[in-house]
Formats: sequence, structure tokens, C-alpha cells
Amino acid sequence: MMYKEPNENGRFGEFGGKFVPETLMLPLEEIERELEKAMADPTFRTEYMDSLQEYSGRPTSLTFVKNLTEKFNGAKIYLKREDLNHTGAHKINNAIGQVLLAKRMGKKKLIAETGAGQHGVAAATVAARFGMECIVFMGEEDIKRQELNVFRMKLLGAEVVPVFSGNRTLKDATNEAIRYWVQHCDDHFYMIGSVVGPHPYPKMVREFQRIIGDEAKQQFLEREGKLPEVVVACVGGGSNAIGTFYPFLDDEVALIGVEAAGKGTNTPYHAATITKGTKGVIHGSLTYLLQDEYGQILEPYSISAGLDYPGVGPEHAYLASIGRVQYESVTDEEALHAFQLLAREEGIIPAIESAHALAHTFKLVPHLPKDSAVLVCLSGRGDKDVQAIMNREKGGADIAAISND
Amino acid sequence: MQLSLTTKTMFIPFIMAGDPHPDITVELALALQEAGADILELGVPYSDPLADGPIIQRATSRALKHKMNLPKAIELVPVLRKKGVKIPIILFTYYNPVLQLGEEFFFTLVKENGVDGVLIPDLPFEESGPIRKLSAEAGVACISLVAPTSKQRIEKIASSAQGFLYCVSSLGVTGVRDTLPDELESFLMEVKQYSRVPVAVGFGISTSEQVSMLKNYSDGIIIGSALVQKMEQLGDRLLHEETKQEALNEFQRYAQMLTAPLGKRCTP
Ligand SMILES: Cc1ncc(COP(=O)(O)O)c(C=O)c1O
Repeated sequence: MMYKEPNENGRFGEFGGKFVPETLMLPLEEIERELEKAMADPTFRTEYMDSLQEYSGRPTSLTFVKNLTEKFNGAKIYLKREDLNHTGAHKINNAIGQVLLAKRMGKKKLIAETGAGQHGVAAATVAARFGMECIVFMGEEDIKRQELNVFRMKLLGAEVVPVFSGNRTLKDATNEAIRYWVQHCDDHFYMIGSVVGPHPYPKMVREFQRIIGDEAKQQFLEREGKLPEVVVACVGGGSNAIGTFYPFLDDEVALIGVEAAGKGTNTPYHAATITKGTKGVIHGSLTYLLQDEYGQILEPYSISAGLDYPGVGPEHAYLASIGRVQYESVTDEEALHAFQLLAREEGIIPAIESAHALAHTFKLVPHLPKDSAVLVCLSGRGDKDVQAIMNREKGGADIAAISND
Repeated sequence: MQLSLTTKTMFIPFIMAGDPHPDITVELALALQEAGADILELGVPYSDPLADGPIIQRATSRALKHKMNLPKAIELVPVLRKKGVKIPIILFTYYNPVLQLGEEFFFTLVKENGVDGVLIPDLPFEESGPIRKLSAEAGVACISLVAPTSKQRIEKIASSAQGFLYCVSSLGVTGVRDTLPDELESFLMEVKQYSRVPVAVGFGISTSEQVSMLKNYSDGIIIGSALVQKMEQLGDRLLHEETKQEALNEFQRYAQMLTAPLGKRCTP
């Protein structure tokens, strides 16, 4: 492979690094060292792959969506079905990897932050499976939006701590998780849920998510005898996207990350970090973020709790800066429409996060030749979103209206 | 910033610029100087203060409501000077506001406005090369931190420390703590072995008993959350003309009470 980021200082080009209080430098060095040893250890690799298979049900399917392909009359649409994972999203891939690393390091207590609750559920799940304690920080606003996942985490035996600072969403939950970690870094392992945070987290989470792209590439080659022309994934912190893109970085394949445009990127209500953000430091990493002229981080907005984050993984900032990945954005309304469409036409209810990737794909495919193909990462299933969407405006009447036209 | 190793332990208070109101920051600083402060740490409010506990987070929110920001905090320093604050002033700011201002411009402003030192809690040694170079050029101390987890890192951090070396007392964020770790003394002794500059200790210090214990092991004691909490309790009394002086006196007496073991000033 030609692509070699990050360097030994955890920099993807100029992005990334470790901008954390001194207290965390040693714990980070320890994780880095142990990760390197683990990745070079065939028994670790085997344990990870076995858990993915027997516990999470990997490999996940590659599904050709025939009805929608016909409807749009353009490029073929294939979905990489991360929604079929145990717990319903790609987040479990990373949680399994990190819990195995925590176990190797002799840690028995996990800290996690969560937005949509998918990473929190994944962390709580592996904690139960591997006999560890788990404390999950979640913004109070997200707790309201994702009631079902909060209850799931509790069922799984995790402690869910509501966070009341800021906008009470993912950014604030992450702040609080980091503060808790500073206090308890001697015996806790911080399990970050995306390719964000200080080095080595962005690299580690990528290593544990690249299984998505590795499998998809193989499956696609078997089915079509070639690579897809375009690969699309939604970008919150960016873990399902990096996991999907990474094995394609050196190939001639167009890669598109889709951010949340909320109520529109020309309003203050969006989470389109790369599209609208500027360079800065958030949660220990130099990347693009939404901020004001004085460096105060702005509160993002998206209908999707999993994309409602003012930063983005530093590797995405780098890939955007060198033009290797193109970043687009999709509004709440467009995502809701795609959500409905996939449900109606293909019998798959996607996570509202994943619906962002779908919405962009649906805009794209009519303009592409019929012998081309687009691979979309369907990062999770939508069960968690059904209630919020039902409650949204007029008791869900608008959704029914969208689907009937 | 030149600090000599004296036998007396320094009192280094922290307050947040603009909390509870930009107008009162000057008077709080004067009260602290009057209470015997040797160096003032002036906090700059930041939306996401990762190294701070709830008390300083609340101070941050109050200051942000009054639109305090990095350039305004720097420009407050000459005002403090004009009103009689003579002790060195260290600016405590997170890294992102510095980046947005531009690192070079930040030091231009810092120098122009007579700031004596800067402390950036989320800029560890490995990432601080460019900032330390700029601070050296500007003749401004760049204060480094060491923590109980620093271990083998202590030597390299201490060897390049400027101004004073800030020892984080315990694992965790800023706040008030009833107890400090048992290992604190040996940690401070170890740091002092490597340090050419005074060694100060902070995070969690909130009683005169703690001050009394720590004065034998450190050259300076940093008190933040306890003072901010006192200010919070004084609340509106600090803001109204009729009650302000009395509240400021109470604040000063509290600072004196906390630091009495340092033998600074006699109580008025
Ligand atoms: C289903 C799903 N997709 C995507 C995301 C966004 O995260 P990332 O960008 O790290 O994949 C989340 C986050 O919670 C999620 O639950």
C-alpha cells in the first residue's frame, strides 16, 4: 500500500496529534504500545476475527438493491449491511477490538461516550460479554432522542450518566468522558466510538473498522468481477466511512463522505464539519471543526444523533485536504426521505445516519452509467430511530405523506 | 519572567477573566494581590474546558455570557496594571483559541500587553515545540505541567521548564478536594530534583490544612476552584455598588485564611 498515514506522531499530514492534558500522555503511550504489540500478535488477530464471526455474525452481507436501482435507472446500488451486525451497527466492530485490547492490558472498567447510543450499546454489550464494568456518558438531549438505546444499555448492565453541559449532545458527552478518564486513567480503559480523539485513537478505530471495507471489496469483486466506481458513507466522527474507504484508498475508486446538513448548510443548524468548518483542535486532535472566530466550538445540529458532532476524524480532514475523498452534505429532510424510500422499496429500515449516505447516493446514481456501481455503507439499522421519527411533527403525518407521493 | 527560588512559598491564585463580570476582574485581582498573591493566573474562558471540573466550567459559562474571549482577556492585562496589579500575570488558555488568533499574533499581543507567561493545559510537551519557540522569542514564560502519571516524562519536561513548573496534584480535573493523594509529597520531591525553576502545586487545593502541609514540599501553591467557588457564593453582592466593597473584603479575607500558613500578610 502506498498510503501510509499517520506518521509516528499520529499526524495525518498536518492533522491529528495529541492535544490532551499531561495526565493522559502516559495512558495514551501505553495504549499505543499495547496496540502495536496486539496488532503484531496473531493470537490477538484470531481472537478479534473469531469474535466478529461468532458473536457479531460477520461477514455482513453485500446486498444489491434491485428495486431502487431500477427506479433510478442509473448505476447499480449495493449496500454493505453493517445493520446486520449484532447490536445493529458497525460500532460493534470497534468495540470488540478495543475490549480485547483492554483485556490484554488488564483493564476491567470501560468508559464510553455515545451520541445515537449505538456506540454506548456496543460498549455495554462487549462489557457484559467480557465481564467488565461499563460507564457511558450521554448528552441529556440524546437521552431523549434515543430512549430505546438508553434502556438497552441499562439492560446490558451499564451505567448511563446524563451530561448537562453545552447542547447536551455528543460533544458534551465526549468532554465528560475525557474528564472522567483523566480522573480514573489508572484502572479504566477509554473506549472511543469513532475515529476521533488523540493519537492513537483515530488509527486504532480505523484498524478495527477496516473490516467493513476489506469484506466489501472482496464481496464486490466476487459479485461484479471489478471494483465499484463510487463508494459512499455517512460521516459523523467518520468511523464507518474510514472503515469502508480505507481499503480503497489506493484504488481508482471515487470516495464520497456524506455529512449532516441539518436544516441547511446556509443556516446555523447543521453538522457539516468539513463542508463548513475550519482548522482547530477538538477532543485532542487537530482537524476541521465548527467554531467561531475566537475558537469557541459551536453547537452542531442534525436530526441524527450519531452525526451531531462539531468535529470530524483527523484522517477525514487530511483526505479532504488532499482531495482524495469528496465530502458532500445532506439535509434532515433529504435523509428522512431516503429513510422512507429504503424501507418502502427494499424492506430495510436504515439508521437515520446511514440514510444520509443513501440520500446522496440517490442523487448521484441517475447521473451514472448503468454498467457502473455505487457501494454504500449502510452503517446501522433504524429501529432506534423509529420512535423519534414517529413523534416528529404531527405525530409522523409528514412521513406518511412523503412515502405516499 | 524571572522568579527566584526563595524560602517563602508563593501563593498563585486563579481567577477567570470576565467572571462574574469583566468589570470586577480588576478588583478581584487587586484583592488577591492585597491578600499576598505572588503571581496571578488569569483564565480565558473556552467552550470546552477539558481539564476543568464543574466549578471552573460554571465560571467559564458566566464569562462567556459577557463575551469574554482571548484577545479581550489579553487586553485586560494593561488595565490590571494601570489599576495597580504589580505581580506577574500568567494567562491560562486552552489551545484552540490560540490557534484561531494565530500563534504568532497571540505572542505579539501577549508581549505588547505585558503578559508575563502563558499556560496551555491541553498542549503537552510533544506538541509544544512551536509555541515554546515563539514564547522564548517573545520573552514570555511558557509554563509546563507535570502530572502524577508523568513518571519518566518528568525529566524531559522539567529540563525545559520556564517560569515555574506546575505539578498537577492528583489524577483528575480542577476542583476542590477534601483529600490529596498520599504520594503527593514524594511526587513533589521527585519533580524538585529535576527542576531548575520553582515547583508549584495545584488542582484540588482548597483548605489551609492542605496549604500548611504542602508548603514544605513546594515553592508555590495554586488555588483556583476554591476561590472561584467563594466568588460564586458572594454572587450578586460582588456586582452591586452598595455591597461590592464588603464582598471584596470577604473574598480577600477568605484568600488570606486559606493561605495563612504561608505567612504572607497579617489579617487587616
Ligand atoms: C448507525 C450509525 N452510523 C453512523 C454513525 C456515525 O459515526 P461514524 O461517523 O463514526 O461512523 C453512528 C454514530 O452513532 C451510527 O450509530
